[in-house]
Amino acid sequence: MAASTTLKHRDVRDQPGFGTMACICLIVLYAPILILMIWSLNSGSIVTHWEGVSLAWYGVALQNEEFHSAARNTLIISVSATFFSTVMATMAAIGMTRVKPWRGLGTSFMVINLPLMVPEIITAVATLSFFALLAGQLNLNFGIGNIIIAHTVFCIPFAYMPIRARLEDMDLTLENAAADLYATPWQAFRRVTFPLLVPGILSGMALAFIVSFDDFTITQLIAGPGQTTLPLYIWNQIRRPMTPEINAISTLLLLVSILFVSVSFLIARRRK
Amino acid sequence: MASAANPIEAVQMRRNRWLSLPAVLFIAAFGIGPLILMLIYSFLKAAPYGGVEWSFTTDAYVYFLFQRDIFDDTLQFAPDFLIIYLRSFVFALITTAVCLLLGFPTAYFMATRPPAQRNWWVLLITIPFWSNLLVRTLAIMFIIRDQGLLNGFLIWIGIIDTPITLLYTDFAIVIGLLYSYLPFMVLPLYSSLEKFDFRLVEAGFDLYATRRQVLWRIIIPLARPGIIAGCLLVFIPALGAYVTPLILGGGKHLMIGDLIAQQFGSGRNWPLGSAQAFILMAAVLVALLFYVRNTSGKVQHGR
Repeated sequence: MAASTTLKHRDVRDQPGFGTMACICLIVLYAPILILMIWSLNSGSIVTHWEGVSLAWYGVALQNEEFHSAARNTLIISVSATFFSTVMATMAAIGMTRVKPWRGLGTSFMVINLPLMVPEIITAVATLSFFALLAGQLNLNFGIGNIIIAHTVFCIPFAYMPIRARLEDMDLTLENAAADLYATPWQAFRRVTFPLLVPGILSGMALAFIVSFDDFTITQLIAGPGQTTLPLYIWNQIRRPMTPEINAISTLLLLVSILFVSVSFLIARRRK
Repeated sequence: MASAANPIEAVQMRRNRWLSLPAVLFIAAFGIGPLILMLIYSFLKAAPYGGVEWSFTTDAYVYFLFQRDIFDDTLQFAPDFLIIYLRSFVFALITTAVCLLLGFPTAYFMATRPPAQRNWWVLLITIPFWSNLLVRTLAIMFIIRDQGLLNGFLIWIGIIDTPITLLYTDFAIVIGLLYSYLPFMVLPLYSSLEKFDFRLVEAGFDLYATRRQVLWRIIIPLARPGIIAGCLLVFIPALGAYVTPLILGGGKHLMIGDLIAQQFGSGRNWPLGSAQAFILMAAVLVALLFYVRNTSGKVQHGR
């Protein structure tokens, strides 16, 4: 009897200890990142010895010529990959939701999602072989374009998901009304569908940008000399005697991810 | 789907299919093309300085399991690669199991919060999900190395006097994998539990079930699709992990991912690397088939 009275006072959905586990999860996920960030403020020159708070290492990082060129490469690659993948993903999402079901629909869906299912290291070595063949047999080398092509491939499914979700959630009556009022298909798209689709496109872009910006495995295997990106720059730093500069750069990379995730999250929340 | 009442709309609805072509062709050319090329490479001879020679051989698959004796040219069973595959498999399994143990209560707790709070929890789990894997692995390295905070802390509270070596061990790799892929477990579990109909829990209590019985006999069976999805999202990338063992294993404690990369780098045996990659791909396909068989054709709750 006592048991049933306590049951009534607690939320029926509660399970003992689950809240504690959730807090442990959060601590586990955030403690290492926060520690890394705090140590980026260390003024000393040895990574293991704390001397005081300063932004000195951010200054060192930001004045480093190698850092500049890595940042430039990263931006060129991720902005291009984001642009190409978002354009193709938007077209594909429309072509696969605003359409009469056709025979290749299931296959197309699988092809677009394929990059998500193949382990990254396999994509990396396969792409490496592919570009090596192009360079060796056909003398084709697009330089940094190689990396942009490889990134665009795995960015497409990430851009595709939120755009498709948005199209599926959208009320079709508006588009039909536009058609009934003699709007051409292009006008209906330009004036009705597209404005409603913008939040989906924006969060697709944010995701594509992050996965390209953060990519290490694929870039490391296919990048040639002079094509160092920020993650590769960090990797090169790990193999030297480390200074807090690496914490500073790592923190900057984390902040970029956090910024983009939060923006994408806020866009998604506003539409509700 | 809109009803295609007027003919113009019907034509348009059919024409739209061509819009998916650029994305499909792009991935076919630069995503599937390389995979097919690699399958071909795995049946070719290795060129001495990397790359391939165009003559057919199954050597790569033979050398996956055997080694040719340099004296009498016989094949001898050499399980080195197989051991690395088994190790990776075990690491991925442990990672998946621990992630599930930590992730399920977390996802359940998140799903039972009021909606406004739920959003913040989702954001908090999503941030590490999208954060740079290399940087997060580096953060783990800072903590567990000999002069790191963990050893410092253990010495400070007096449990140990000399640092214990954690970095560059199997333990470090498993910790790194856990840390990397925990959000991959929580998010799919959450999205399946979020749609859970909690009236079923009330019904369970009305029928005198205990909290534990409700959990094991109602909630967990109905959350199965989410559990399987989460396990796959952890297991597949953990099995093919490359960055984690590279940084936390120090090049000595290999997993499949590093083994493959090695054949394309210092090993200079592209066909062998391709064969190894395909054997990994086959393992992933088996896992995906298992997923398809376990989620289709059965009652799916909350969809």
